[in-house]
Amino acid sequence: MIYQAGNYEVVVIGAGHAGCEAALASARMGCKTLLCTLSMEHIALMPCNPSIGGPAKAQLVREIDALGGEMAINIDKAQIQMRIINTGKGPAVQALRAQADKQEYYREMLKILLAQPNLDVLMAEIEDLEITQDRVGAVITKTGARFKCQAVVITSGTYLKGRIIIGDVIYDGGPGNQFPAQKLSASLLNNGIELGRFKTGTPPRINRRSVDFSKMTEQPGDERPLTFSFISPRINRPQLSCWLTHSTAQTHQIVMDNIDRAPMFTGVIKGRGPRYCPSFEDKVVRFSHKDAHQLFVEPEGRHTDEMYVQGLNTSLPEDVQMAVLKSIPGLENVRIMRTGYAIEYDYVPPAQLKLSLETKAIEGLFTAGQINGTSGYEEAAAQGLVAGINAALKVQEKEALVLKRNEAFIGVLIDDLVNKDIDEPYRLLTSRAEYRLLLRQDNADIRLTAKGREIGLVDDRRWQDFNSKMETLEKTKTLFQQNTFTPADLEATAFLKEKGSAPLKDRLSWWDLLKRPEIGVSDFENMNWINVLDEDIAEQIQIQSKYQGYIAKQQEQVKKFEKMENRRIPVEIDYDEVYGLANEARQRLKEVRPTSMGQASRITGVNPADINVLYIYLEKKRRN
Amino acid sequence: MYDDIIGAISTPLGEGGIAIVRVSGEGAIEKINKVFQPRAPGKDLRSRKPFTLTLGYIKDEEQGILDEVLVSIMKSPRSYTGEEMVEINCHGGALAAKRCLQRVLSLGIRLAQPGEFTQRAFLNGKMDAVQAEAVIDIIRAKTERGLKLALKQMEGKNSQYIKSLEDLLLEANMLLEASLDFSEDIGDLDYRRVRELMESSRDGIDKMLRAGELGDVYKEGISVAICGKPNVGKSSLLNALLRKERAIVTDVPGTTRDVIEEYVNIQGIPVKIIDTAGIRDTSDLVEKIGIDKARQAISEADLVVLVLDVEAGMTEEDMNIYRSLEKQERIILLINKDDLMAKNIKQKDIERHFSSLDVIWASTKDDIGIQSLAEMIEKKVTAGLADNEQLEFTVSLRQKELLKEARQYIQEVLEALELVPMDCLGVDMQNALISLGQLTGRDLKEESIDRIFREFCIGK
Repeated sequence: MIYQAGNYEVVVIGAGHAGCEAALASARMGCKTLLCTLSMEHIALMPCNPSIGGPAKAQLVREIDALGGEMAINIDKAQIQMRIINTGKGPAVQALRAQADKQEYYREMLKILLAQPNLDVLMAEIEDLEITQDRVGAVITKTGARFKCQAVVITSGTYLKGRIIIGDVIYDGGPGNQFPAQKLSASLLNNGIELGRFKTGTPPRINRRSVDFSKMTEQPGDERPLTFSFISPRINRPQLSCWLTHSTAQTHQIVMDNIDRAPMFTGVIKGRGPRYCPSFEDKVVRFSHKDAHQLFVEPEGRHTDEMYVQGLNTSLPEDVQMAVLKSIPGLENVRIMRTGYAIEYDYVPPAQLKLSLETKAIEGLFTAGQINGTSGYEEAAAQGLVAGINAALKVQEKEALVLKRNEAFIGVLIDDLVNKDIDEPYRLLTSRAEYRLLLRQDNADIRLTAKGREIGLVDDRRWQDFNSKMETLEKTKTLFQQNTFTPADLEATAFLKEKGSAPLKDRLSWWDLLKRPEIGVSDFENMNWINVLDEDIAEQIQIQSKYQGYIAKQQEQVKKFEKMENRRIPVEIDYDEVYGLANEARQRLKEVRPTSMGQASRITGVNPADINVLYIYLEKKRRN
Repeated sequence: MYDDIIGAISTPLGEGGIAIVRVSGEGAIEKINKVFQPRAPGKDLRSRKPFTLTLGYIKDEEQGILDEVLVSIMKSPRSYTGEEMVEINCHGGALAAKRCLQRVLSLGIRLAQPGEFTQRAFLNGKMDAVQAEAVIDIIRAKTERGLKLALKQMEGKNSQYIKSLEDLLLEANMLLEASLDFSEDIGDLDYRRVRELMESSRDGIDKMLRAGELGDVYKEGISVAICGKPNVGKSSLLNALLRKERAIVTDVPGTTRDVIEEYVNIQGIPVKIIDTAGIRDTSDLVEKIGIDKARQAISEADLVVLVLDVEAGMTEEDMNIYRSLEKQERIILLINKDDLMAKNIKQKDIERHFSSLDVIWASTKDDIGIQSLAEMIEKKVTAGLADNEQLEFTVSLRQKELLKEARQYIQEVLEALELVPMDCLGVDMQNALISLGQLTGRDLKEESIDRIFREFCIGK
C-alpha cells in the first residue's frame, strides 16, 4: 500500500559522489531536501580506485570547491597521499591527485550530510516516479512511502539493473555486492526516457600482509602535500606510499590460456566498456606485442589491509584471477580479499538532457553521474553539484546555471555529454577542453568563486578569503608591472649575470623580466626586492606573466567562440519548419534542442551549411 | 562568425577582361586602403565618397604593383550586403584577380563561403523573407556542388596526400596529448619524434602549395615581358614566338609606342607576352607614356626577357635597363641577331656583366634559339615547383588558404618545441589540426583522442 510519507522540494536518489553533492547543494540553497540511499553504510562509496584527481579530474575537483561543493574538502580530510602529476608540462595540465582512505571518506561525508540543515537522509529504494503532465510530482519507495516533491535528481551510478559478472558467475547486483535498483529503470522507460547499457569493471583487492614489497618500486607522496580545496588547512599527516610492479610473460600466458572463459570474449558481456579503462584481458589481447603492463598496488585506507591493484580490472573467473595475481612479481603468495568483477548497468543516453542536466522529456527531473554515461567520481560529483544547484533553482523558479566551455571543465563535460554521440562511458581529458590554458586547477577559484557566491553556495568566510586574495593579487601584479629595471641598475645587472640571463638593453618591467624562463618570483624574494609572497599569489604572478602570450591567444579564440554562444535559439523552434536542413542534422537538432548557435555547431551530425540555413530561418522568424 | 570581413572573386571563373574582387564587412575600406595606391595623389579610399570609382594599384608585400584596378566603395547600409563594402575591378583578368584576392586575404580577411554575400544581404535586411528560401537554395546548391567537387577530388591523389599530412599531425598531437592526459601510462614525450612529424607535415604542405603554384602556372598562365633598348628586335622576337606578323616591325627606333600583349602557348603554359616600348630617355610625350606603361608591365611580369643586339653591341643604355630590373627574379638574356657577322658582344662581356643570367644566343629573323627560349621559360617558371610527381596540380584557393594557415601554426609549434611547456604547444597544435581538418571535413580533435586509445595501452 502506498502511503503519504512526506513533502520535500527536492529528492535526490542515490548517495554516491553525485548524490551527495546534489543533496548538499540543494539543501544549502534553502530547499527542503531528501537524500535516498540503498545503504546507509555505503554513502560516498568509492567502489573502484581509491584515488581522486589527476589530469582534468583535479580541475573538476577544484571547480567543485570554488562553486561551494564538498568533494575537495572531503578528500583533503580523507587523503593518505597527495601527489602533483605532470609537473614541468605546463600549468594547464599540472594536476593534484590524492589517494583516499575510503572508510574515512565515507565517514567524513556522512558527518557533513547529517549536520546539514534542510537535509534528511533516508535508507530506501525508490521504485517509481510520479509524473503528471510531463512534470515530476513525487517518488515512491519499495516500502510504499510516497514523498511529494517538485524536483528529483537521479544519481543512481551503476545500480540501475546492475549485473555482476565474474567469469561464468553472473548475478544481479550493484557495485561492491550491493543490492541493485531493479524497478526504477522501468519507471523511467514508462515515462519516455530512453535507456542504454554500459559496462565497467574493477580489479581484485589483495591483502597487504601477503605482498612482498621488496620486489616493487615505491611511489611516495609529495614532501609538501597540497590540498584540493582553496580553504582546507595545510596537510601534515604522514603520507602512505603506493607500489609499482608489472605483469609478466607468464601472466599473459595465463590470460591467453583461459581466454575462452573470459566473459568479454564469450559474448556474455554486451554493454560497451570504456577504451581508456580496458580490462586486463582486453589489454593482453589487443596489445599482444607488449611483454609487460605496469600495475600499481595502492592502499585502500589507513585501517585496512586491503590494497587495490590498479591496471588489473577484470571479469575473468576467480581461479584465473588468483593465478594471474600470483604470476606478478611481489604477489607470489598473494591472498585475495575481494574478487574483481565487471558490472553492466542502465544509463540514460545524455542527448536527452538539457545543459542544466534536466531531462527534456520530464520537467523537474534531473540526472547526474554515471547514469549519464560518464565514469569517474569527479565527473559524477561535478554533475551532481550542477544538477543539485539547478534542481534548487528550478524550485525557486530561477534561471539554470550553465557553465560554458571557456569557463570550466564542468562546462566542457556537460556540453560534450549533451552534444556528442556518447557510445562508451565518458571520461574527461584535458585534451577535450579547447581552452585548456584558461581552465587551470590553480585559477579555479578566480574563475568560479563569484558564481558560487551568486548561487548562494559560497559562505561569507570563503568569500572574504577570496576577495582578500584577489586584492593582494591585483596589488602584486601592479607592483610587478610598474616597477622596472634599467641597464644602469647595478644590482639587477649583477643578478642577471649570476643567473646566466641576458643583460638588459632597455628599461624592462619586472613583469616582463619574469617571462624569462630562468627568472622566477622566488628570485625577487631572495633579492629582497619584494616581501615573501603567499604561495598562491606567487603562483598566479608566475603563471600569468610567463604564459601571457599563449593565454592571450586562447582569449582571442574565446571571443570568437562567445559570439556563437551568444546567438540564442528560441526554445519553441520547430525544426520541421526549417527549410533546407539536411535530414541527419534535422534529426539531431530535434533530439538535442540546442540553446545557442554555438551549441548547435558542436552537435555530431550538424554541418556548417546547416548552421547557415538555421541563421537564415531565425532571421526570417525574427522579422515576422 | 558573422561580423568579420569576407572576400571573394565574385565574377564567374574563366576568361573575361575584368574580374571583381568583392570585400564585405565593417572595416573593409580601412583594410583595403592598406594595399591600395591611388593613381592620383590624395585619393585615399577612406576619403572617397561612396559609389565613386578610384583608379589605382593593388600593391604586393614588397610594395610592387600587382594589378591596375578600379575600386569602388560602399558604406553600410547602402550596399549589396548592407555592410561596408569594397569592390575591386581587376584589369589584369582572372590571374590578376586571383592574386589581388590572395593579397586581400593576407590582410586577415576571410575567404567567403559559397553564398555568403547573399546570406549577409538577407541577414542585414537587404532582401525580403520570400527571397530567403532562394538564398538557402544557393547555399545548398553551392555547398552540394562544392561537396561533389570535393568528393571528386577526394578520389584523387591530392586527397590521399592531404590525408597523409593530417595523419602526421594527428600522430604528433596524439603523442603530445597522451603524455599530458596519461603520463603515468605512457611516460615522457618523445620530442624528437614530434619534431620529425611536424616537420614532415610542414614540408608536405609546402610541397602541396608548390604543386598548386605549378598548377596555376599551367592553368592560368604567366606573363612574360620582353624588354630592351629600341630596335634590338623585341617585336621580332614576339612575332617569332607567335609565328605570325602582328606587331609592326620597322627599322625606325620608337615604333612600338604602346605595350602590345599577345597570348601564346609555350610548352603547354598559356603565356601573355608583353612587348614593351623600347625603353629610353625621350622627350616625346606619347612615347613617354608608352615607356611608363612598359615599366609597369615589367614590374608585373612573372619573367622578363632582356634583349640585346649583337650588332649594336653593349651600351650604357643596356646596363641601365638591366639595373631597372633589379626586382625581377627571373630574367633571361637573349642576344639577338646572332645571324649577323658583326659580333660586337663577346662571351666574356656577358660573363662580366650578366654572370647571374641564363643566356640564349638567337636570331629572331631565322627562328634560331626560339625553341631554347621556350624551354628555358618553362624551366624557369616551374623551377622548384616540379618535385611532386605524386600530386595533382589542382589546389583551390580555399585549400591554399587553409594549408597556409596550418603551416603557420605548425611553424609556431616547431619554433616553440622544447622551449615552452607542452600545454602551450597544444594551443597551436590544436589550431593546426582545425585548419587542416577543414580541408577534408574530418574532426581531427576527436580522432586524436580515438587514436590515443587505439595505440596506447591505458587504463586503471
